[in-house]
Amino acid sequence: MEWKESIPTRYAYGEELVVLGHELPNLVVLEADISKSTQTYRFAKVFPERFFQMGVAESNMMMVAAGLATTGKIPFASTYAVFGTMRACEQVRTFIAHTHLNVKIACSHGGVTPGNDGVTHQATEDLGIMRTIPRMTVIVPADYYATRKLVRAAAYHVGPVYLRFTRDPVPVIYSAEDEFVIGKGKLLRSGDDVSLIAIGDMVAIALEAHEQLAQQGIHAEVIDIHTLKPIDRALIVQTARKTRRVVTLEDHQIHGGLGSAVAEVLGEESPTPMRRIGLRDTFAESGEYRLLLQKYSMDSAAVIAAVKELMS
Amino acid sequence: MPISQETVEFLEHQARVIRRRIIHMIYAAQSGHPGGSLSAADIVTALYFHFMRVDPSNPQWPQRDRFILSKGHACPVWYAALAERGFFPVEELVTLRQINGRLQGHPDMEKTPGVDISTGSLGHGLSAGVGMALGLRMDGYDARVYVVLGDGELNEGEIWEAAMAAAKFQLDNLIAFVDYNNLQLDGWCSEVMPIEPLRDKWRAFNWETFEIDGHSMRQIVDTIEAAQHVHGRPSVIIAHTIKGKGVSFMENQCDWHGRAPNKEEYERAMAELEDGPTAAKPIL
Repeated sequence: MEWKESIPTRYAYGEELVVLGHELPNLVVLEADISKSTQTYRFAKVFPERFFQMGVAESNMMMVAAGLATTGKIPFASTYAVFGTMRACEQVRTFIAHTHLNVKIACSHGGVTPGNDGVTHQATEDLGIMRTIPRMTVIVPADYYATRKLVRAAAYHVGPVYLRFTRDPVPVIYSAEDEFVIGKGKLLRSGDDVSLIAIGDMVAIALEAHEQLAQQGIHAEVIDIHTLKPIDRALIVQTARKTRRVVTLEDHQIHGGLGSAVAEVLGEESPTPMRRIGLRDTFAESGEYRLLLQKYSMDSAAVIAAVKELMS
Repeated sequence: MPISQETVEFLEHQARVIRRRIIHMIYAAQSGHPGGSLSAADIVTALYFHFMRVDPSNPQWPQRDRFILSKGHACPVWYAALAERGFFPVEELVTLRQINGRLQGHPDMEKTPGVDISTGSLGHGLSAGVGMALGLRMDGYDARVYVVLGDGELNEGEIWEAAMAAAKFQLDNLIAFVDYNNLQLDGWCSEVMPIEPLRDKWRAFNWETFEIDGHSMRQIVDTIEAAQHVHGRPSVIIAHTIKGKGVSFMENQCDWHGRAPNKEEYERAMAELEDGPTAAKPIL
């Protein structure tokens, strides 16, 4: 399947921040020395007085963000997902989530999208960690346009939000007209045979699998769960009851993230045979993003194999 | 302006009241941290009864001065000061650490009126203070942020990340205290993890530094005033204190870091903290 265009979702984050900066005078941005990578440099150029360069010190940055939030600011604290959710995990958990402060933890380099950087920079446990934290909203946009809209939604949402972006380019699957509501998944394709429930960059993989399955006469439903928490229980139950087969797709460990979340919902409400696509309790490695997906059985071929298994 | 003898005596009296409240609430809860609460009592008293611009009837007043107890386990001293200042009834102090109560085992900004930020796990308060100081400056308020740090928590790396950041942003509206009682949970600071030369460390981080007797009310007040006049950099007041100060058998005893007195110990402690005719009314 050929995609017309691919863009790293972090670009959309950087661009939307500038737009929001004009609208929200109390929006501030904190950065940990990677502003060109996270794209917060765009905001820094336009609003230098509201941009705080905190250096390579993510734990401190999260707490400074918490302090700023107590004075009525809307801090976006940016770094890579591994640092934002793991190095600074306790700061986020105890002093941003427990306190319900209005801090947005906006992180690039989600999943294996920083392909060549290797394991140190690939966040593949972040969603599980953030999802277990009470009061935390967890959002993973699938593409450029979804990111523009969901960053905007996060800025106007009161309370802590974790946002995860891609380092590498991912296919553009939406248009500027598409709308997104926090907590409401999007039904992208309808089908009766199997449900492909995906998050983040894996939504494009689900769409690729959908097309290839269609050529074989298998009709897959495709859902984008951009908000991992609170998750759209109704949509998940509805699609599972319709197709009776579910495959989840996430650029993350299969433990703790989307696959677990969907299994929890269905286990309680409508037990359904499932397969989970993602890293299978292993770290990845350096390599080109698409080749990593292939090697770790996260590409459309792996999805199709999982669907076949469910249908046999 | 030199502080009057009358003010010093008022604050010394008030500090004894605070110490009585600390002992009483920990005794009532049969849980809590008396040692580090008592060592910080004079500093906290000076702040809440002489310096801080706060409005107990409007705890969220945006222009208020902020207080952060980075060594959050010492919250009995904070709760006592807040209650005495009128943020909530002093009768509520005995609900410390009890279920459904507002006075959590470590400070909780959503539950306790007057608590500006939650603390409790160590090493984070100074960073939060940097954020508050930046926010207040952005808003053009001349409010200040006061942070009380423990000596043990200076072991945490984040403290020094915050120290770097505060100096970078030239936060002269930020004043930190080190409650230097020299004891942490497992023993003397010099043995668990030496922090000396402490003043040189802060100097090296480009802070204005002061070193005082943390139980001399006159020194505390004079030094806070001096720190308020520092321009272009944050200040730290290294306050030499005694863990358990004011109760003879608790002083300099690690054992009293986090245990409650029994009835006999409670009565001895309260007797030692008697304060003549102006003493706090008996609360038991």
